[in-house]
Amino acid sequence: MSDSNNETITIDGREIPFKAGQTIMDAALDADIYIPHLCHRPGLKPHGSCKLCTVDVDGRTGSSCTLPATAGQQISSNTEDLNEVRKTITQMLFVEGNHFCPSCEKTGDCTLQAVGYHLDMLDGHFPQFYPRREVDASHASIIIDRDRCILCALCVRASREVDGKNVFDIGGRGTDARLIVNAPSGKLVDTDIETDDLAAHICPVGAIIIKEHGYEVPIGRRTFDLHSVAEPGIEPVILRKGKHTDE
Amino acid sequence: MSKKIRVATTSLAGCFGCHMSFLDIDERIVELIEHIEFDRSPLTDIKNCSSTCDIGLIEGGLCNAENVHVLKEFRENCKIIIAVGACAINGGVPAMRNHFTLTECLEEAYLNGVGVDNPMIPNDVEIPLLLNKVHPIHEVVHVDYYLPGCPPPADAFMKVLTDLLEGKEPSLPKEILHYD
Repeated sequence: MSDSNNETITIDGREIPFKAGQTIMDAALDADIYIPHLCHRPGLKPHGSCKLCTVDVDGRTGSSCTLPATAGQQISSNTEDLNEVRKTITQMLFVEGNHFCPSCEKTGDCTLQAVGYHLDMLDGHFPQFYPRREVDASHASIIIDRDRCILCALCVRASREVDGKNVFDIGGRGTDARLIVNAPSGKLVDTDIETDDLAAHICPVGAIIIKEHGYEVPIGRRTFDLHSVAEPGIEPVILRKGKHTDE
Repeated sequence: MSKKIRVATTSLAGCFGCHMSFLDIDERIVELIEHIEFDRSPLTDIKNCSSTCDIGLIEGGLCNAENVHVLKEFRENCKIIIAVGACAINGGVPAMRNHFTLTECLEEAYLNGVGVDNPMIPNDVEIPLLLNKVHPIHEVVHVDYYLPGCPPPADAFMKVLTDLLEGKEPSLPKEILHYD
């Protein structure tokens, strides 16, 4: 009876299996069910910070990347209400940084942008912060552009858990939170990061970029120019300025 | 003959790239012009909106006092305002000056920049006063529709105008929704 192979959870009406100890997010990913997310990567310790993956589990909401799958859970994810909240979160991420897609090397390969497309985001809605943040171009091959950082900490975890180093951290709190480099100088050049490290490649936005490779693939031929972050599901996007929950 | 839909267009703090992309509809403009008539626009050189415009296409954000004046004129005279392109929607590339003070920007461009000859900050009364920061247009007027892209492709312009001409809510196929 308690054989874990027979246990299932149900997401949006679809019954899927899960492995013992697996989170709802990882079970969903294994079953090709897309739950929007930015700070999660299977294999890295869940962070639960971006909140895009918030789902309704048996009437209560929680982050699917941190909630363990438990037999019999009834989960709603792809609902109008949750997607509206996800869009608001994405808009806040856009206005909080300096996300000027046309001038970013990562455009078309950026997961933040792709989530915006997926959620039919047309504008930032909120007043732009236009913060002034530090660029670190000290390293010969890797650049940090904090304008685009969304504090997902994927680089922090990748460096520690996969690369066996400790190059990055998040310093400060609230609106002062920022990506910092663990070196006395605070500069990337004074760390042991290498271009082969996962931490140098895992950034879902254009905050950590490998130099001299930004335009090898032409704009228009990049991942999210050709594919949806959720594949499949191609619905037309209504261009009307929607009424926001705060209006 | 039914009355033609009047379309006004302008480029505020933009690069005219959205207008160029609009003109990439190429020969489709021949059919389009059967149904629409351009009002105030760089395409007609008409200087002010007539009071009966149906659609206003706004390219660019707001970087100076004249931009604000023009935008308000469009809002007062157009039934539908569409924010066209990245700059109208979030300030775009011109808004990258917002990290710096206006004085820093002017000094870099006209006094201390590489290759500046005869350094002098322009202050002719004919030149519109710069705003301290560049703003998206929805911070000043109500926007009815957004057409993202840098620029939005010609097909997107065609789709939105065709939808409006047919009396439909404008929409885009997801695959041509892009911010770049």
